[in-house]
Amino acid sequence: MAGGQERILRGRIRSVQATKKITRAMELIAASRIVKAQQRVAAAVPYSDSITDVVKDLAAAGGSSQSPLLVSRPEVKTTAYVVITADRGLCGGYNAGVQRATEGEIKAGVLQGSNYAVVTVGRKALGYFRFRGYTIAQSFGGFSDNPTYADAKAIGEYVVDAYLRGEFDRVELVYTRFISAGSQEVVQRPLVPLDSEVVAGGDGKAPDAAGTPADYEFEPDPGTILDTLLPRYVEARIYAALLNAAASEHAFRQRAMKSATDNAEELIKNLSRIMNRARQDSITTEIMEIVGGAEALAGDAKKHQQVDLGPLDDTLSAATH
Amino acid sequence: MATMEVRLVSPEKVLFTGEATQVITRTLGGGEIAFLPGHAPFLGALTECHTRISMADGSVLDVAVHGGFVQVAGNTVSILSDLAELGEQIDRGRAMRAKENAEEFLRKEHDAEAVSALSRAHARLAASGGVVGTTQGAH
Repeated sequence: MAGGQERILRGRIRSVQATKKITRAMELIAASRIVKAQQRVAAAVPYSDSITDVVKDLAAAGGSSQSPLLVSRPEVKTTAYVVITADRGLCGGYNAGVQRATEGEIKAGVLQGSNYAVVTVGRKALGYFRFRGYTIAQSFGGFSDNPTYADAKAIGEYVVDAYLRGEFDRVELVYTRFISAGSQEVVQRPLVPLDSEVVAGGDGKAPDAAGTPADYEFEPDPGTILDTLLPRYVEARIYAALLNAAASEHAFRQRAMKSATDNAEELIKNLSRIMNRARQDSITTEIMEIVGGAEALAGDAKKHQQVDLGPLDDTLSAATH
Repeated sequence: MATMEVRLVSPEKVLFTGEATQVITRTLGGGEIAFLPGHAPFLGALTECHTRISMADGSVLDVAVHGGFVQVAGNTVSILSDLAELGEQIDRGRAMRAKENAEEFLRKEHDAEAVSALSRAHARLAASGGVVGTTQGAH
């Protein structure tokens, strides 16, 4: 009976140990990928900075705000949410955080009578919103832990196209911003129409600082450049968001897997303790049984001896006689 | 000799930065344009083209730029491109096949995608060395 319990415990310990090995491996993989993802975020900065500069210069030089991507629509009927999550789970509250933030926004919008559309990026968001019966305008996935610019381009083209067709009147980007390996936050950023703040040079360099932007020569005219530039700008923004999300995903996964590994260790410790006690119990019981058995045998043997010794005594006495 | 800073930036990384004496590229609808040090501030949209960067040491860096933008400000030329390839990294065989495929396709019907594929292939071939049947090239 006791031995059976010990065997069951040994089996459980073995399975927890196997799980621990997996979570440990995932933790190490995620940790190594954070660094790479961080480097990619940093590598994308020069392009997005430059393109932001160009957009500001163009807008400041009176690049005719005729582009529909710049003009806010008077009545916002449909707001599209581009939700960036992971393709896989096992990353703690990473997906849940983004999904919950989006769902809250959608519900608040619906209460005010506006329409919504969900554009999911990452398979987890697709599953979440489909299961809950939200209308999903489009879904992208399969690249969450290692996004390329081509992925951002595909999303950007879809969003810009749908916006220009009038399917959406506003597009919001919901993703997890990577601040450092230790902290990430879910943020919601307006994507289209382009923030007039950004475009008008609200932050960054002042228009009159070094060489007024009005000095620029343009080829072709500013309007045409702006028309080709703005979609690229949207793509660059999406790309930056994807890279941030990927780095955050790895950070979340590393943390989740670290605590899973710690929990497994704790579990193994407790189970080993229980198993050792069970083994000790069974050994004690066995010793008791042996001792008891030996005692019983010894009692038997004494009786036997007395019976057996009889004739021996006789022979002995006979011999001495 | 006067030089200027040239940066070739793609969304994923900075492909190249360095000192150069001249940059030749091609703007959308505006033909080829050369920038020398001290050029006036300039903003342009680029087409698929073979961009030549004459380095300070006299060598020429060939780049296939598949659309993008050029910004000249404060003696710095920034070329922003979704897709740009340094000449030495181009697979000529593949570009050649792409060119032939596109030409083959265009003989049958006119298609915007094939036209842009063809101009990409031309830019790649021009940037990676010998030029076959294009007007660009001599340098």
